[in-house]
Amino acid sequence: MPNTNSNSYTFIYASVMTLVVAVALAAAATGLKPIQQQAIDFDKKRSIISAVHRLEDKKEILKEYSENVKEIVVDAQGNEVQGVKAFDINMKAENKKNPADRKLPVYIYTGAEGKKYIIPMHGAGLWDEIWGYIAIDDDMNTIEGTYFDHKGETPGLGAEITSPWFQDQFHDKKLSEGDQFKLHILKGRHEEKDKFYEVDGISGATITGTGVNNMLEKSFSNYKAYFAKLRTAGGNAGTGAATPTTPADTTATSTPQNAAGNKSGK
Amino acid sequence: MSQATETTTAVQEQKKDAWFSPKNRKLITDPIGDNNPITIQILGLCSALAVTTQLKPAIIMAIGVTIVTAFANLIISAMRNTIPNRIRMIVQLVVIAALVVIVDQLLRAFVYDVSKKLSVFIGLIITNCIVMGRLEAFAMANKPWPSFLDGIGNGLGYGAILVIIALLRESLGSGTILGYQIIPQAFYTAGYVNNGLMVTPAASMFIIAIIIWIQRSRNPKLVDIS
Repeated sequence: MPNTNSNSYTFIYASVMTLVVAVALAAAATGLKPIQQQAIDFDKKRSIISAVHRLEDKKEILKEYSENVKEIVVDAQGNEVQGVKAFDINMKAENKKNPADRKLPVYIYTGAEGKKYIIPMHGAGLWDEIWGYIAIDDDMNTIEGTYFDHKGETPGLGAEITSPWFQDQFHDKKLSEGDQFKLHILKGRHEEKDKFYEVDGISGATITGTGVNNMLEKSFSNYKAYFAKLRTAGGNAGTGAATPTTPADTTATSTPQNAAGNKSGK
Repeated sequence: MSQATETTTAVQEQKKDAWFSPKNRKLITDPIGDNNPITIQILGLCSALAVTTQLKPAIIMAIGVTIVTAFANLIISAMRNTIPNRIRMIVQLVVIAALVVIVDQLLRAFVYDVSKKLSVFIGLIITNCIVMGRLEAFAMANKPWPSFLDGIGNGLGYGAILVIIALLRESLGSGTILGYQIIPQAFYTAGYVNNGLMVTPAASMFIIAIIIWIQRSRNPKLVDIS
């Protein structure tokens, strides 16, 4: 046994150990990368589908995704962009860019109940990132469903945003009134006239709730132009839902045709 | 023939000190009771506060810490005679961190769902004082097998306390256990309210203190140790 306290032994020991550990970790990371990427891609598909409906079976999710989801990319003006793969766009990176330069993925889901537009969201919770997907009806205002996920919110508090009871509350809520984003998460009593814009928050997770709220708003402002475009171009549900306002406000502008087109039943 | 093999293995066991001799068994049982890492050694409190709002993360954290402590103990114990004294802490830390990273990578590849929920806690294992405490106090001076048992024992002792705290916090704070409602709706309509303090980290401090109090007052061996 050499003298384990000599300087040279210590240096050699440290170097060799660093090398061995570095090689082992690098091998583990690169060796597992393809499997991890596959898992991450699947998780993304599952998240997107979850905004519309929850499926458990892996095969079912992949089938649903490949058959019913169409990926497109739009720019900040709402025009479709060619040559970019929507699935590879990282919303976190896009949100850091100048708003005019953002490339925005849209996942159009066609199911039994018509088209749903699923858009990605990314924001900050209390401790770390939060993200999710929101599915919107073709009036571009009524929420079909949401899916939220997080990196490090507190279990039992902020982490509850991943639970179905929280996400289900968004069903049939409305994003905006006209151009104005209006949906908000709050605690305490709801006002009847705002019931389509209010979501019950999680007690003990106020900051995470604010984060979700900001994320929704940011996402809405990203896609505002695209939504407006779809509303004006929209065929069947078009005009009626194009001015999504509360009943009190609609009386001034609505025509019988409008009221019929507004299928969301306020 | 079979008799012959039996006798040879018996002889080997006698020579080597049996795998689960009373002395070795004590390595597992001791940290669960009289030498508990949390309540007696007061180690690993940080994570005891962080992951005990619900029972499920507490159980998973306990399993993670048990695995990491056991294998880090085993590896360090096998290396113990070669480690230069002056950098032994760094060597220990490298072994722990490498183990934790590999576990995290494996989880991410094969059970991505679980890994997403746990990645925060997995990282926390590196900073868990119990792991390094056991390496320094036990594995550096003992043979690999006893060290491995010591790691398992301390992991379980840590886990036992975590589970007790989490059970109390989840049932009193949210009215559920493992996500299942245990307090009937009738109680809530009658005016029962979940204890909001229980979901905050401060609650686990109170609970740990109460556990320490009960344990020390009931066990005369522990009365004067600190």
